[in-house]
Amino acid sequence: MVKENRQIASNTNVSLFITCIVDSFFPRVGESMVKVLRRAGVQNITFPENQTCCGQPAFNSGYPDEAREVAIKFLEDFDDDRYIVSPSGSCVSMVSVFYKQLFENDEQYLRLSEKISGKIYEFSDFLINVLGISNVGAKYSGKVAYHDSCHALRELGISNQPRELLRNVSGLKLIEMDMHDACCGFGGTFSVKLPNVSTAMLQEKVQCIIDSGADTVVSTDMGCLMNIEGYMSRKSIPIKVHHISEILSITD
Amino acid sequence: MLLKYSFEEESNKALKNKNLQEALINTTNRFRSARNKIVSDSDNWEELRQVARSIKEHTINNLHNYLQLLENNIISAGGHVHWARDSEEACEIIRQIAQKNSVKKIVKSKSMATEEIHLNKSLESHGYSVVETDLGEYILQLSGDRPSHIIAPAIHKTKADISKLFSEKFNVPEYDDPQELTSIAREKLRSEFLSADMGISGVNFAAADTGTIAIVENEGNARLTTTLPKIHIALMGIEKIIPKFDQMGLFLKLLIGSATGQKISTYVSLITGPRKKGETDGPKEFHLVLLDNGRSKIMSNPNTRESLYCIRCGACLNICPVYRKVGGHAYGGTYSGPIGAIINPQLEGIDKHPELPFASSLCGACKDVCPVKIDFPKVLLDLRRQVIENKSKENSRAGLIEKLSFKVWKGINKHPKLLQLLNSIGYYMQKPFIGNNNKITSLPFIFSRWTKTRDLAPIPKKSFRQIWKERNND
Repeated sequence: MVKENRQIASNTNVSLFITCIVDSFFPRVGESMVKVLRRAGVQNITFPENQTCCGQPAFNSGYPDEAREVAIKFLEDFDDDRYIVSPSGSCVSMVSVFYKQLFENDEQYLRLSEKISGKIYEFSDFLINVLGISNVGAKYSGKVAYHDSCHALRELGISNQPRELLRNVSGLKLIEMDMHDACCGFGGTFSVKLPNVSTAMLQEKVQCIIDSGADTVVSTDMGCLMNIEGYMSRKSIPIKVHHISEILSITD
Repeated sequence: MLLKYSFEEESNKALKNKNLQEALINTTNRFRSARNKIVSDSDNWEELRQVARSIKEHTINNLHNYLQLLENNIISAGGHVHWARDSEEACEIIRQIAQKNSVKKIVKSKSMATEEIHLNKSLESHGYSVVETDLGEYILQLSGDRPSHIIAPAIHKTKADISKLFSEKFNVPEYDDPQELTSIAREKLRSEFLSADMGISGVNFAAADTGTIAIVENEGNARLTTTLPKIHIALMGIEKIIPKFDQMGLFLKLLIGSATGQKISTYVSLITGPRKKGETDGPKEFHLVLLDNGRSKIMSNPNTRESLYCIRCGACLNICPVYRKVGGHAYGGTYSGPIGAIINPQLEGIDKHPELPFASSLCGACKDVCPVKIDFPKVLLDLRRQVIENKSKENSRAGLIEKLSFKVWKGINKHPKLLQLLNSIGYYMQKPFIGNNNKITSLPFIFSRWTKTRDLAPIPKKSFRQIWKERNND
């Protein structure tokens, strides 16, 4: 049973890890996340302004040295005792899971990674498991299909958290679509390295969204949503695409 | 002119093949549902996976000792053991056994290891008649084709393909009924079994402590292949060994449940050496050929060593969103799907399969279903690193452009002010590309690969960091 507890929130210090995609392309997702955190009672929120990227694009492409330099910067930018909250399961998993591989031969940064791994959370996971909040007082009229982002699901075990939050949104009907945990075909550079395969996977995902009867698709990761929205826009499919923070930020 | 094989090109072809697409959906859906039922009916599947992985980890770390023990026990049981360093040596060993025994006809049961060493080609070029007896493999042999799925090798063939093939090869009408087609094959194969001098099989598992090999099947052809002819040769990748016969139950359950969703396959053959004194069935001679062919090399890399835990169940193929769209032939090697993506480059060389480690979105679904919990994403990431390192030595233009791009990427991400500047520049430079619906519909260079099928939301005027800065300055 998850308890509502504003006491916890008011004693929680949060550093925002906005991520390169959200910073440059979807700042409204970051803004929504901040709005919800404040509504939940988190007062002490900072944005370490030197932050850039977690290094994942280079790591996934086979360039660990370049990734490492950027990752070291990340560790230095976020080295304090605050919680780190991010609107991306993919980026959080890079830090909390894959930094161990990236720094396996560097004891100093390995230890720093392990320390930070204990404090970094994807947004919905943070709300449920750190703040103990499952109802953020949001309102949204719509039938929502939730897409499980691969890293969020398989590296971080995020599955119940976003669903519980969405179920508690007034007016929102949560639908479980077929193959909700199948990859949407983004995979970072995969989407441009093998565009036809990526698009075929995406087509299947979009068909599942359509078949579910949902008018909105929601996820924890903008990489996936950018991919899904891009296809739906091209095909003029009128289903709305939102990051979970955007849904949770709506109160009227 | 030898055209270089390209995963991208082959996968594009596969995507346009309607018959293949339908076959892939039907087959993988069927295997996935069956496996899901077995897993949900089990109350300790996760525990079994962990135990199996631990046993494999221990075995691979002590491989030579267990292989030695296996050899001793097979010899005690009256069998022979041969050690083959590579494909050529394995084929040579098998040919010599055939020659020594004046073999003319050979029957084979399904074995991916024999595909790996191109055994049929080697035997046929030396004048031996080889007949595949697994129905799928038989069909492929008749049509001069190669397997496209580890468990169901001929899924890329339609009923119509097979009907036409049988009609051509056997001078019979083009039957529509699968039962009819199967009984034609059955009749043909029966006479082959009865006239064969030698049977060649694969091995699913070998128990070191008893010298017993296990072969799993649903058709019965492996049972006939390994018992009727007077010589039985079993070819085994060295990683297929398990320490104890008592562990067979666990591994058979995981293999069969993961592969076809059965509780047990129709036939499970447990063979310890040749026919013994007083026994009425079985071959006079039993030979186990142990195949290395690059496996020791895999062992030497701790980051990819777990590739050797694979028990060849095919579950990773059935769940892989890439395999399900492109099928097995696109992988351009013996194995396909996630396991193919990790072992084809390691067995045949990174330079031969530089695209395979990238033929994945790193979704990790394979890791979830693997009965021995192979961490595919981790292995793929290490192989990607190896491919790029290898590419540096090649100095190709595309390789240099990508390398430079990541150096630039690194520079930008180490300097947030530079990142911000780029954002602002991007905001202005994108204007000509923004279409009527306020979306970017076409971009140049590699980005056209995105915009070919997808729109892109334009970069907003203010980035998050700008908005935050402005708000906090108020």
